[in-house]
Amino acid sequence: MHDLTDLTIDTALIKLKNKEISPVELVRAYIEKAKAGQHYNAYVYFDEEQAIKKAEEAENHYANGTNRQLEGIPLGIKDLFCTKDMQTTACSRILGKFVPPYESTVTQKLLDEGAIFLGKLNMDEFAMGGSNETSCFGPVINPWSKNIPLVAGGSSGGSAAAVAAKMCAAATGTDTGGSIREPSAFCGVTGIKPTYGRCSRYGIIAFASSLDQAGPICKDVTDCAILLNNMAGYDLKDSTSSQKDVPDFRSFIGQDIKGLKVGIPAEYRPDGLNSEVALYWDKAAEMLKSAGAEIVPIHLPHTKYALPTYYVIAPAEASSNLARYDGVRYGVRVDGNGLDELYINTRTAGFGAEVKRRILIGTYVLSAGYYDAYYLKAQKVRRLIKNDFDSAFSKCDIILTPTSPIEPFAIGDKKMLENPINMYLNDVFTVSVNLAGLPAMSLPIGLSSNGLPLGMQLIGRAFDEGTIFKVAYQLEQCANFVRM
Amino acid sequence: MAEYIIETPKGKWEVICGLEIHCQIISKSKIFSDASTEFGDDANENVSFVDAGMPGMLPTLNAECVHQAIKTGFGLNATINKYSEFSRKNYFYADLPQGYQITQFQYPIVGEGFIDIDLEDGSSKRIRIERMHIEQDAGKSIHDLDPHKSFIDLNRAGVGLMEIVTKPDFRNPAEAGAFLRKLRSIVRYLGTCDGNMDEGAMRCDVNVSVRPYGSNELRTRCEMKNVNSVKFVMQAIESEARRHIEVYENGGEILQETRQFDPQTGSTKPLRKKEFAQDYRYFPEPDLPPLILSDEFINKIKEEMIELPDEKKARFINVLGLTPYDAAVICENKEVADFFEKAAEGHDAKKVANWLMGDFFAMLNRKNLSIANSPVTPENLGKLVELISKEVISGKIAKEVFEIMADTAEDPEDIVEKKGLKQVTDTSAIEAVIDTVLTANPDNVASYKAGKTALIGWFVGQVMKQSQGKANPEKVNKLLKEKLDNNLS
Repeated sequence: MHDLTDLTIDTALIKLKNKEISPVELVRAYIEKAKAGQHYNAYVYFDEEQAIKKAEEAENHYANGTNRQLEGIPLGIKDLFCTKDMQTTACSRILGKFVPPYESTVTQKLLDEGAIFLGKLNMDEFAMGGSNETSCFGPVINPWSKNIPLVAGGSSGGSAAAVAAKMCAAATGTDTGGSIREPSAFCGVTGIKPTYGRCSRYGIIAFASSLDQAGPICKDVTDCAILLNNMAGYDLKDSTSSQKDVPDFRSFIGQDIKGLKVGIPAEYRPDGLNSEVALYWDKAAEMLKSAGAEIVPIHLPHTKYALPTYYVIAPAEASSNLARYDGVRYGVRVDGNGLDELYINTRTAGFGAEVKRRILIGTYVLSAGYYDAYYLKAQKVRRLIKNDFDSAFSKCDIILTPTSPIEPFAIGDKKMLENPINMYLNDVFTVSVNLAGLPAMSLPIGLSSNGLPLGMQLIGRAFDEGTIFKVAYQLEQCANFVRM
Repeated sequence: MAEYIIETPKGKWEVICGLEIHCQIISKSKIFSDASTEFGDDANENVSFVDAGMPGMLPTLNAECVHQAIKTGFGLNATINKYSEFSRKNYFYADLPQGYQITQFQYPIVGEGFIDIDLEDGSSKRIRIERMHIEQDAGKSIHDLDPHKSFIDLNRAGVGLMEIVTKPDFRNPAEAGAFLRKLRSIVRYLGTCDGNMDEGAMRCDVNVSVRPYGSNELRTRCEMKNVNSVKFVMQAIESEARRHIEVYENGGEILQETRQFDPQTGSTKPLRKKEFAQDYRYFPEPDLPPLILSDEFINKIKEEMIELPDEKKARFINVLGLTPYDAAVICENKEVADFFEKAAEGHDAKKVANWLMGDFFAMLNRKNLSIANSPVTPENLGKLVELISKEVISGKIAKEVFEIMADTAEDPEDIVEKKGLKQVTDTSAIEAVIDTVLTANPDNVASYKAGKTALIGWFVGQVMKQSQGKANPEKVNKLLKEKLDNNLS
């Protein structure tokens, strides 16, 4: 039999149910791949023993017919999700070897359906970064790298790389400004950030509370629907989670998109946009048109303000969210003479440069005398950006854009490192979606001339992930992207 | 009330004061977590992952605390805001696990209101409330258990607080004292806060400034944090005002600063100056949606409102005929007022009030008992008053009966019956005793007749003695007079 790690979750579940394959075989196959791919640095914690034990339990469930939705499916979990009795660090030194005594709601839901966690996946420290280079465990290497090691994107770089290299059947990710979509695009996999409030944030280490949202990173669109079905839902423990009914996302797979209006925002084609990216964008629009959709030009006039708005709001919330890492109750403590010194020593040693930078920005924009000019202004612009999308969605049903303006770049790229703004610019197509709280998916559309994957982004109306799944599946069929 | 003016050889000064009071909300669980609010448990016993600021934990608003806050808002005669928001107040401290306090900043749940306070001279004054918001309490740092270590107890971290802010309406320490007592009375009536300042369930920040008498300027104020008794609040206002005056009269300036009142010395000392003031970087709490209240929800709580001290006092005066002073004393504490109403039911309310405020309170004090543990039930106190009203026993015997009731918790009717303490009101029985006394003391009768009428008191005493105190003293008096005077003619 050929490689079990080639199977999508959809297919694997059928074969498991038909007893063509066993959960133990499946888990072992992924463990082998994970070991073979250690140099990608995707996993920061791996628990083979526990995974095998769970696989044996799954085997019993299949044997006695009590198998659940994801019985025996081996997943990788972004290290931002608190997992009970499994080390959780947000890839920051400051959390040390923190082991949460509780489980995040999203991972609990996956466990409740029989999923198996192989381990925890690398990410940018506290999800702050776009290249997975800010992790205290070092960068993730993009499995598509040719001669020089390329970044996997960030912050969910470990998740995207692990799925691309088949080191897990699928992975969880989180997305605050593009952290699911950008690494998915860079690694040639499919990831969806659902509508803000769709998944509970309980137990997910907070970066920017009003923007953070969990979602799956998978081999394809159908697997994303299957996983999101088992991640979404209202949670009493998260007051910002939505009470809206969660439809069966799977049911949108294969639906016709005839007459559906696909918006193309003029503002997303700035001068100097990578020509290959622009070309694939046009191609994708053509593909959807050939599938029966109607292409309509739209405008999102406040797009140019999205990045600065994001880089005020996200750091502001982060500066407050990260105040709890003070060395007093858990994680790393570096003692000092008195309480202030304890704080300074602990946080100086515990946080990396990018996290410190954002804490400083956030503290600054919330300070007396600057609040109105920065934070309050940013909130007003955020409203305008949301209004842009509202009016755009009166003309179209879904929006098609590239995910990232560039292809994966080299780890340690000088241009990116010498000025953080250059790195932030990679988020230009993704951050406005978080500011507006909308759902969006990235799926691979093809390879660049360098043989590197490029991704397309589909943005839907709030709580209309269904249309995204419908359109994404059709686009996936047309693009016929060949996975690694 | 007479104006409160601080006079020095150099001039006359007026005091301006406002208060901020933190009241711990009575609720089963904390305001943003499901941990218990039980006071006095072992350190760090009642701490949830949310309270400890663990990674990924989120606050969820406890509806009971919202309910209590609205009730209190009604008690402050205040507007309830249908829209309010939570904000984060950011600062680092070891007993503040999240590194921020969830509070309300721009949009508090309760708006403007007022409380009328009663002053010693019988006048009253309206103190305006600026706002009331809800927030979470911090934990406690303990620095005196070890010379090198501090200890943190998070049991209190996350307990709900109501912060009540007054307008700068106080012009003297007595008004602030009356306000605190009145506020305590209101929240205790409502069951929204137990009001114990010494346990920290009610904590007061005091803002004081002074100005030359007659002017209407507002000068720099200083804030004294966490003054923990009514007495200390009054002392703090006085001493801080005098400090300001001294500084001004010596040509100095008052700097805006936070100070601490030291009960040992009765004076204040600086805690931190404004230039070192914290920048709290308030911003809307992204983990909690705005709190939007429906009219239905608010009105339902309004319907649950009980009679508050002011209304009760007015009723006791107008319907039960109590003096304003008695009514005010009885109404300050709801348990006392409830005890009184039960005792007075069907009996002479004024007499019941006298007994309550006299012998009854004295007995509780002597026995060091709370009213809830009183051996004398309200029903029995009422019965005792009724026995006096119906002249079954005299006031003097009643005091004896009351002492027995206090010791044995017995029914006064049973005591009177068992001990044969029933007053003798039968004229012929009393006359028989009188006759015996007169016959036995011919000399004194003669003296009386000779004009020593003051002897009447001695005769009354003899008759009472012979009747073992049971004869109705008024009747004894009347009949004795009749007999002696008749014999005279």
